[in-house]
Amino acid sequence: MTFSLTRKKTYSLRPNTFWLLAPAVLLLILWTQIPFVLTLYHSFRRFNLLNPERQGFVGLENFHSQLTDPIFWTAVQNTLVLVGSVLFVTVVLGLVLAVLFYQDFPGRPLARTLVISPFFVMPVVSALIWKNMLMHPVYGLFAWIAERLGREPIDWLAAYPMPSIVLMVAWQWTPFAMLLILTGLQSLSREQLEAAKIDGANAWQEFRFIIVPHLAQTLSVVVMLETIFLLTIFAEIYASTSGGPGLATTTLPYLIYLKAFGEYRIGVAAAGAVFAVILANIVAIFVLRMIGRNLQGGRA
Amino acid sequence: MSRRIRWELTLLAYLAAGVMFFPIFWLFLTGFKSEGEAIAIPPRLFFPPTLESIQEALTRSDYAQHFLNSIISALGSTLLALLLAIPAAYAMAFYPTPRTQGTLLWMISTKMMPPVGVIIPVYLIFRDLRWLDNVWALALMYAVMNLPVVIWTLYAYFREVPHEIMEAARVDGASTAQEMLQVLLPVSGPAIASAALLSIILAWNESFWSLNLTAAQASPLSVYVASFKTAEGLFWAKMSAASMIAVLPVMVMGWLAQRQLVRGLTFGAIK
Repeated sequence: MTFSLTRKKTYSLRPNTFWLLAPAVLLLILWTQIPFVLTLYHSFRRFNLLNPERQGFVGLENFHSQLTDPIFWTAVQNTLVLVGSVLFVTVVLGLVLAVLFYQDFPGRPLARTLVISPFFVMPVVSALIWKNMLMHPVYGLFAWIAERLGREPIDWLAAYPMPSIVLMVAWQWTPFAMLLILTGLQSLSREQLEAAKIDGANAWQEFRFIIVPHLAQTLSVVVMLETIFLLTIFAEIYASTSGGPGLATTTLPYLIYLKAFGEYRIGVAAAGAVFAVILANIVAIFVLRMIGRNLQGGRA
Repeated sequence: MSRRIRWELTLLAYLAAGVMFFPIFWLFLTGFKSEGEAIAIPPRLFFPPTLESIQEALTRSDYAQHFLNSIISALGSTLLALLLAIPAAYAMAFYPTPRTQGTLLWMISTKMMPPVGVIIPVYLIFRDLRWLDNVWALALMYAVMNLPVVIWTLYAYFREVPHEIMEAARVDGASTAQEMLQVLLPVSGPAIASAALLSIILAWNESFWSLNLTAAQASPLSVYVASFKTAEGLFWAKMSAASMIAVLPVMVMGWLAQRQLVRGLTFGAIK
């Protein structure tokens, strides 16, 4: 509010802000909007990097060949399974961890630092740790544990590829969910909890009727942002299973990568990319609306 | 809460911390093993630690090259992003117009675009400009990638800087550049530091663009580490040592920047 008042007063002293803003905006347009328009353009063309002379408009053929290709639908399905499962696991675990770390206990900063660490591990590295050192069927730690328990060691990435990837990705993203939920929790007034206690609420009721409703907005932000980030998961799959075995872990981003840089079929890959963008946009609209509301709330 | 339950919850929190951190602990441990120890069965928790693998990773000339590339792309992109973001955030925070909110939202909307949606044209453009496998071009890519986050983080902080001090300078006849350099920058050091930290972390860990746009010359550590993906048991100590050096600096930065990270990554949607 004070903003607008001071602004009016100093209007004559207002600098020309166009040139301050223009470089940033221009660069963003150049590197995001124009390439996407080009992606659209390519999606209507036949274009193979190995055979560049043979190109031209093919109308909807690329889309048609994608939409009738069972591989494409497998990839879409895998993407949704991956995003859905990771979301479920990270939100539930993140909530539990956030509640645990909401209480005061000696050494909390250190314990918290340890919990959030996976989020800062380079995705490629995390894929290698899980694939080689933990899930490896011969030398991996899990295999050794299984043997000690008198069970057959499991080749995790071969026998349960998708659950293994989910585990790996969830490990990385649980700290993100937890951090956000914890931040949301900290804005909850302690008085409100005290009041509930005086009214005779038990721990579960406290959780169910005060904490969860308070967190509603935080949780929706977590779900939407994570969806955006998870829809583009690439490095973990690239470095651990390369989409396999078979197509078991081929997601949409990975399939597009394969079409473009494995088969050099630019047109088909572009059509897939357009689909990926549509998928992300459906989520993005909700995210933006939420953040926009927040922006307005912050200003009032 | 009763004392007992509280005690049990604390224990549970420590247990959770241990479980979550374990894979990283295991990686670090393996980094201090010899190759033989690394694949020993049963896995060894206690062993004579050696710096052999770390030394080997560090002295390999290509490792140094990749490390340098990571530093150039992360720091270079952050510097460029800051150069562009500071004036933009300044303009929007202190001189908002009716269009400012729309501009801010549009900026994040570019972050919602999946990279695969633009990789093909970007790749082709890079190829035609002969920018493939060029670390500076990668830095430029990262700068654009992080620009919205950096602008948002700075914007959020700048809005909290009292306008009076800016106004006073303005009335005294300071130019816009002077106002930014001599008044705003000195008071917003922490904000700029945290925006920079966030940008460095995101650039350092990035791998989609680096895998697709670089090869031997310009590839950062993420690509180098990925090249271990087929290492079947033989190079775990080396892989772990290389990974550890790649992960550690950013992890420390992440620990330091927890709070800002939430703000930056959620674009201020959670306070």
